[in-house]
Amino acid sequence: MIEFRSVSKRFPDGTLAVQDFSLVLPSHKTTVLVGSSGSGKTTLLRMINRMVDPTSGSVAIDGEDIATLPPVKLRRGIGYVMQNSGLLPHRTVLDNVATVPLLRGTPKRQARADALVLLDTVGLDRALADRYPGQLSGGQQQRVGVARGLAVDPNILLMDEPFGAVDPIVRAELQQELVRLQKDLDKTVVFVTHDIEEAFLLGDQIVILREGGRIAQVGSPADLLARPADDFVASFVGADRGRRVLHVERHGAEDVVVDSDGRLAGVLNGNPAEGDR
Amino acid sequence: MNLFADAVNWILEPANYVGSNAIPLRLAQHLVFTLVTLVMASAIAIPLGYLIGHTGRGRGLAVTTSGGLRAIPTLGLLTLVALWVGIGVVAPYVALTVLAIPPILAGAYTGFEAIDRRTVDAARAVGMSELQIVQKVEVPLGLPLLIGGLRSATLQVIATATLAAYVADLGLGRYLFAGLKTRDYAEMLGGSMLVILLALALEGIFALIQRFVVPRGVSGRVGGRAPGTTDSTPVSHSLRTEDPTVAR
Repeated sequence: MIEFRSVSKRFPDGTLAVQDFSLVLPSHKTTVLVGSSGSGKTTLLRMINRMVDPTSGSVAIDGEDIATLPPVKLRRGIGYVMQNSGLLPHRTVLDNVATVPLLRGTPKRQARADALVLLDTVGLDRALADRYPGQLSGGQQQRVGVARGLAVDPNILLMDEPFGAVDPIVRAELQQELVRLQKDLDKTVVFVTHDIEEAFLLGDQIVILREGGRIAQVGSPADLLARPADDFVASFVGADRGRRVLHVERHGAEDVVVDSDGRLAGVLNGNPAEGDR
Repeated sequence: MNLFADAVNWILEPANYVGSNAIPLRLAQHLVFTLVTLVMASAIAIPLGYLIGHTGRGRGLAVTTSGGLRAIPTLGLLTLVALWVGIGVVAPYVALTVLAIPPILAGAYTGFEAIDRRTVDAARAVGMSELQIVQKVEVPLGLPLLIGGLRSATLQVIATATLAAYVADLGLGRYLFAGLKTRDYAEMLGGSMLVILLALALEGIFALIQRFVVPRGVSGRVGGRAPGTTDSTPVSHSLRTEDPTVAR
């Protein structure tokens, strides 16, 4: 469990990135921080591995205030995946994946064997092990990034817009892959994105952020769609327009579902649960 | 043309290969002097440049100071130091070290600065200590630009080291000063040609080194040379093998 306790962050240039932010991120769940740029979502993420220290307030992991832990040791125990993959360009794929285990003193042979297994886990051909990051496609680099994040078998995996820079088709593929991985691995995932579709797909808990890290609403995807707290949330999740606003139309003996633009979304199959309407 | 022939004859003259003024001896002195100067300048400039490059602090000061050091006339500094510590090898070592520091310093910190900030940030985020970031990320990736700085410094020192003979019985510069005094222009030109040959030889060696220090996996991104260096051979290799058929 990760806990933010009245956290604020003011950067040296005076920008107030986060103001009085409090939240509990449950273990073994995926929490998605979503907001536009300037919402402080990346700052919040980076507070979990002390890449950013809060100006006031504290962050606790399983009840322990992380300000008391040495940053380097803390970071080696937390997986981190970032947008541009952040791989070391002068090291092979295998060495990149084995970086952190080697820093933690795992014997080289063992670290490399484990890294090969991780390539399988993230769906990469072992033949790529000896390539350099520059020789891979963007999607492959991100997979290597995920493998590196998983290399120390961390309880917590931080993902900072990891699929932001790949094309939509590869992104969809990687998102599905992450859903599959999370089913098997059961990590506490903290995921940052500005894409609400991605948030709905991956998140158990979604945090919608306004400017300055203020929480607009926290909830499951269903909560946010069914009961948006205000117009900002409604507009952010798209509950007020397009293909999220559906209504039923009678078509002969069947019900079909149509969105607000009049486009057919699908058919209604079975009866909705009582009391849900 | 006659003078050139005389100079070549002077270089080939067996009598110039014996005694305390022998060509091989002077060549060796010149080379050792250059190398020692470079080692001393590196000992100062590389750690300082790495510190500036890693922390991002003190860059303005380094640029200003380097500019100042470059502007000092080496002959003037040499004379000044010689007046202070006396005739001998100390003064040329000091003056030439000062000459060699700016390009090496620039090579060291620009080498670090040229690295993608996100790569360094990622290294820190996965748990590398600051020292490990320097050792495992910044030094290998910054090496090509550092070698560029060293190469530039070497050329400057090897040419300017002739001045050492002004205050010490040292190096190929002896032929220039002696030839000037006795109006033996063949000796002067011969000595100059030896300096040029030595410079070209070292230049060739550095060109090879620079080719080999580009880390594997790093393509043309780390190219070019340290700002202010005087050589005109930018490094641009594509060591990476393009393979569009990479299996997914």
